[in-house]
Amino acid sequence: MNVQTILFTALSSLGANKMRAGLTLLGVVIGVAAVITLMSIGKGVQQSITQRIESLGTNLLFVRPGDANQGGFSRGQGSATTLTMADAFALKDDVFTPSVAAVAPEISTTAQVVAGRNNTNTRIYGVTPEYLAARNFDLSSGEFITPGHVRENSQVVVLGSEVAETLFGFRNPVGQKVRLNSRQFKVIGVLESKGGGNRFFSLDDQALVPITTAYYRLSSQRTAQGGINVQTINVQLHDVDDVDKAIREVATVLRLRHRITREDDFSITSQQETIEALQETTNTFVVFLGAIAGISLLVGGIGIMNIMLVSVTERTREIGIRKAMGAKRRDILLQFVSEATLLSLGGGGVGVTLGFVLSILLNGRSLLGTPTQTVFSPEVAVLALVVSAAIGLFFGIYPAMRAARLHPIEALRYE
Amino acid sequence: MIELENVTKIYRMGKVEVPALRGVSLTVGQGEMVAIMGPSGSGKSTLMNLIGCLDVPDSGRYTFEGEDVGRLSDDRLAEIRNRKIGFIFQTYNLLPRLTALANVELPLLYGNGRDRRRRAMEALEKVGLGDRVHHRPTELSGGQQQRVGIARALVKNPSLVLADEPTGNLDSRSSEEIVAILQSLNREQGLTVVVVTHEPDIAASTQRIITTRDGVVVSDEPVKNQRMALAGIG
Repeated sequence: MNVQTILFTALSSLGANKMRAGLTLLGVVIGVAAVITLMSIGKGVQQSITQRIESLGTNLLFVRPGDANQGGFSRGQGSATTLTMADAFALKDDVFTPSVAAVAPEISTTAQVVAGRNNTNTRIYGVTPEYLAARNFDLSSGEFITPGHVRENSQVVVLGSEVAETLFGFRNPVGQKVRLNSRQFKVIGVLESKGGGNRFFSLDDQALVPITTAYYRLSSQRTAQGGINVQTINVQLHDVDDVDKAIREVATVLRLRHRITREDDFSITSQQETIEALQETTNTFVVFLGAIAGISLLVGGIGIMNIMLVSVTERTREIGIRKAMGAKRRDILLQFVSEATLLSLGGGGVGVTLGFVLSILLNGRSLLGTPTQTVFSPEVAVLALVVSAAIGLFFGIYPAMRAARLHPIEALRYE
Repeated sequence: MIELENVTKIYRMGKVEVPALRGVSLTVGQGEMVAIMGPSGSGKSTLMNLIGCLDVPDSGRYTFEGEDVGRLSDDRLAEIRNRKIGFIFQTYNLLPRLTALANVELPLLYGNGRDRRRRAMEALEKVGLGDRVHHRPTELSGGQQQRVGIARALVKNPSLVLADEPTGNLDSRSSEEIVAILQSLNREQGLTVVVVTHEPDIAASTQRIITTRDGVVVSDEPVKNQRMALAGIG
């Protein structure tokens, strides 16, 4: 039997029971469409997270203190207080660290911000003037923290757009007074919105103060040596391709300053690494979504097997007739396998189309209160098609084998 | 052409063993028209299945055109059925979904069947159904369905036609037509025809009557005056 004949025979058999074939198909359609749609959403989430981090600048290194050990118990990375302001400024050196364009140390704490009758609890970052450029922020109004502010521990604050809106609504906050932990601060500027936040994390929900102010007026931490401890040193590079070189330079300088002979008391990560690590995490999320949808595809496959088993029983006599007419086992096997595969592949095709349409419809819609973008990937579509064909083969082969093994006489006698 | 030597066949119905054939020996030559008669349970259907290569003997030897059927693989048996043997059934065994034409094409699907449509058309015209090719079995009378069955049996130009109670479900006029077709196939094309029947009229239309009882052949006699059916196709 040639391919054309097999396909024609399979199609006409399926066509004889359109309702049944349609419902079986629907099982696969739903499964494949679910896989495509959920994967598109997952990919969209992944992309928007990556984009948001990339919007913070890709040519960044983060230097953080290593983990503090107390009696053998690690308190986790960043818990040590080994990095100081002096370390930060030493990293900006044309001789030792030529790859570094700018250095922006930061410390962070949380505080209650109060303006009149409005208040909010937000993250406060103590920063230097370099922070704005290094982290790719823009001001929507007012001015940023100046070297003078840092020198004089000025009680000035730059508000994130979300904080500004919460406290002042549509009024211009610049020049207004706010209270941070009961100290009065003057609002000197507002950051441009980065957008794309969610209820757990937003780049617009923060406030920036001079690093010295944060240290001496807001933070409870004090260093024994008298210098200012910093939690993160943002290092901006001239060129994103110099990441590896820059990491070596920065590490060398810090090892010299800290007189390290064995284990580093700091860690350096690049923005690139952060993005990669995050992508790995979100990949798991995407695959997880796909797997959940895959279950419904599996159920669709079981539906095919079920209907094929019924079909084999119903058509026992037909199988007998075909065998008497000279059909070999292989012919019968092929006939039923191709019916199952046509069902699953047809369902896969319709499902991919439906999933494509759904992911376009869902693009930009609000899901769970978060605007969601979807990314339809052709690879996933091809994969879904291949998987659905494989499911047809897998779940069709057992019923087909039962059909092929029937004894011609018993099949002919079947009522 | 057909040679059975001391052939036995036992069927198992659950735990009970039912001996269907208990040592049958017979020969059918090329171009013969033979009737197999006997009461139900006499083993004539089993004999038919064996001759038709639908089953193989438990012991003894069955040679079909020089091949020892008992030693053949399932695939080889299917090939023989496809190329050499045409089956005609009491209940026609047409596929209800398919048109007369598609039913006749069926044997051509297996094995290298070229010009399927044309060959099926010719076979249907031979049995006088050239104007009914696109009808489904349910749209045809019993006699017409059986003629579709005959066309299907003939489409591969077999050397043997096996008819199992071919007129069992038909009125006498249709029966007469079917017998006439079988006779003309035998006479004009030299086809070997084996008919299982319990109707003496049909048996008398053949050249030789083999009678079975309780799984053995009890008589094997030539017909003295072969009754000729009146060909009145249409």
